[in-house]
Amino acid sequence: MKLNGAQILVNSLKSEGVKHIFGYPGGAVLHIYDALNACDEIEHILVRHEQGAAHAADGYTRASGKCGVTLVTSGPGITNAVTGIATAYMDSIPMVIISGQVPSALIGNDAFQEVDAVGITRSCVKHNFLIKNINQIVNTIKKAFHIATTGRPGPVLIDIPKDITIATVEPKPYPNSVEMRSYQVPSRADSAKINAAADLISLAKCPIVYSGGGCIIGNADQELRAFTRQLGFPITQTLMGLGAYPATDKQSLGMLGMHGTYEANMAMHDADCVIAAGVRFDDRVTANIDKFCPNAKIIHIDIDPSSISKNVAVDIAIVGDVKLVLSDLIVKMKTKFIQDISLWWLQIDRWRSVNSLAYQTKLGIIKPQTVIETLYEVTKGNAIVTSDVGQHQMWAAQYYQFDYPRRWINSGGLGTMGFGLPAAMGAKLAKPELNVACVTGEGSIQMMTQELSTMLQYATPVKIINLNNGYLGMVRQWQEFFYEKRYSMSYMDALPNFVKLAESYGHIGIKVEKEQDLKPALIEAFKQKDRTVFLDILTDPTENVFPMIPSGAGHHEMLLAGRDEMASMNDDGLNLV
Amino acid sequence: MRHIISILLENEAGALSRVAGLFSARGFNIESLTVVATNDSTLSRMTIVSIADDGIIEKIVKQLNKLIDVIKVTDLTATEHIERELLLVKVNVNQQTQVNIDKQIDAFSCKLVDVSEDIYTIELAGKSKKINDFLANLDASKILDVSRTGVTGICMKNRNLTKGA
Repeated sequence: MKLNGAQILVNSLKSEGVKHIFGYPGGAVLHIYDALNACDEIEHILVRHEQGAAHAADGYTRASGKCGVTLVTSGPGITNAVTGIATAYMDSIPMVIISGQVPSALIGNDAFQEVDAVGITRSCVKHNFLIKNINQIVNTIKKAFHIATTGRPGPVLIDIPKDITIATVEPKPYPNSVEMRSYQVPSRADSAKINAAADLISLAKCPIVYSGGGCIIGNADQELRAFTRQLGFPITQTLMGLGAYPATDKQSLGMLGMHGTYEANMAMHDADCVIAAGVRFDDRVTANIDKFCPNAKIIHIDIDPSSISKNVAVDIAIVGDVKLVLSDLIVKMKTKFIQDISLWWLQIDRWRSVNSLAYQTKLGIIKPQTVIETLYEVTKGNAIVTSDVGQHQMWAAQYYQFDYPRRWINSGGLGTMGFGLPAAMGAKLAKPELNVACVTGEGSIQMMTQELSTMLQYATPVKIINLNNGYLGMVRQWQEFFYEKRYSMSYMDALPNFVKLAESYGHIGIKVEKEQDLKPALIEAFKQKDRTVFLDILTDPTENVFPMIPSGAGHHEMLLAGRDEMASMNDDGLNLV
Repeated sequence: MRHIISILLENEAGALSRVAGLFSARGFNIESLTVVATNDSTLSRMTIVSIADDGIIEKIVKQLNKLIDVIKVTDLTATEHIERELLLVKVNVNQQTQVNIDKQIDAFSCKLVDVSEDIYTIELAGKSKKINDFLANLDASKILDVSRTGVTGICMKNRNLTKGA
């Protein structure tokens, strides 16, 4: 029996095991929506904005490890989704995006709702396809999922003209495997490199493990734990890597980088051996490259050869799947002598005793840090926490202790405001059994509040923790430090009544203004198992994120809250923003 | 330093713009770019000349290798290789200039591919440097139009991009 292109496409998605699609219909994809309507195995989630679709699919992927799928129409449908696609690309998140295109005969004619989707997304996808023939559909979908989910993962776009979804053909069976001569995925690393790394590790007197998002995306958390515990080394994690190693473990030094802990950054600076696993040496982590790890030999494990020595020259580069590389290293290190590092631990404990995350409380004022600590207490550290971008993101990363992977979901690379709410919705659909909290600010949340409507329609009970300080806090903090307190456009005037906003979408809204109400409100919110609760929490408008490495400085030049004056910045430093 | 990067890639629509886009998005410089299908019609070979230090070239090669359409990348300048470029140039010829132009055509072993009353169209193939030298020796005011193909190149001896790729 002949099937049309849309039916073949939907059947292909079924063959890939797709259970949810996040999308928004339009003229160019109506045939696909018609085919989806007849498909019981796939649930379509109708978002209110295509950016929300991409972020929701992204949150779904990060929470579950399954490849999220986004479906949008041509023209404004795909351009709206671009921010979400770029967000996934920067954080190496697998995703398949299907965009409708105007009929083949109209491509290039400036047709209604025509845009060059392949051209527009080229620089923010791992790969993209324009389907030109109905017979290409099955192979293209197979390739897209293969490319998106293997190697260094990333989003893959498939642009499909409307006429191809309408045409009919006798369907081919869905392929079991895919052969691509131009795309080979590295897996096991060269054993000579493993041996060289093992030799270096066995000489280290001041070692540190520096792990990142690659350990989560590569499902390498068990190997990372085993490796770090076997050696007894301290470990620090990037913003993207939180949860791959338990934050509450005694070997964990917490996050490193611009707002990382004192002990993590000092240990990086003084280390003689850095084992970097699934990280990309982002500028927010390295601070001033010239002052980065001056005494260390660096071993870098990464699946993407182009990430090696991109920002920092490394001594041993191991290209391979981080899960396999770490298991090879675990075996290798069993036969190796390890140095006594008790003096190194003594030094680290001295740095730890500085307690760089300490903060001043003020009577009657809710501190944002307290909100996150209370959230941790109330959820017993078990929730999935998504965040938007800004001060609240850093506080969530610093004060929520992530002991498990795939529980901390934020836009680390692109820094996308508006990410948190749709990502929380996607995470809740992926993991309905877990509590999901979206930590946000009054600036970020207003970039995506329309998704409150989607959350009502599909009953995704998320708890929204709005740290409302009336400012674009991170912008205000930078203006305070570097622009002599000229708060240009960082003040959010005319805020909505968030409680009424939530209620207008059928959710529960709670305003929290007093510190004694904070914990009861959080307890009440998480008691509401089936309802989305919007907690509008008025927090200290003057609070800043500490500790902090001022731009242009090195890891050993951190500023601590209340103890250091912000040094005046030079132009080189400001440029590094 | 000047590098000649040779790329074997799938002969598919959009492959050229992916490569060119990679250069522009990362601020890498392209001096010249040639692309055409190989004897295998599913494969294209692209030759790019870029001037940058070795570290940048290493990054470029890594990023090129990351593109899904790219099968193989070689920095020809790192091996023994042959490079050629083709020039077509039209010059104005009159009684005063003809002697010098004829002399240059002989000296560089050019081919005259078209001659009209007062215009020569000259063909020259060779290393880019040779073409630059030839153009420099012509009287600039007499040059009417210049068209250069950009560099193509190939490894010497038993090193190949296509066979066994």
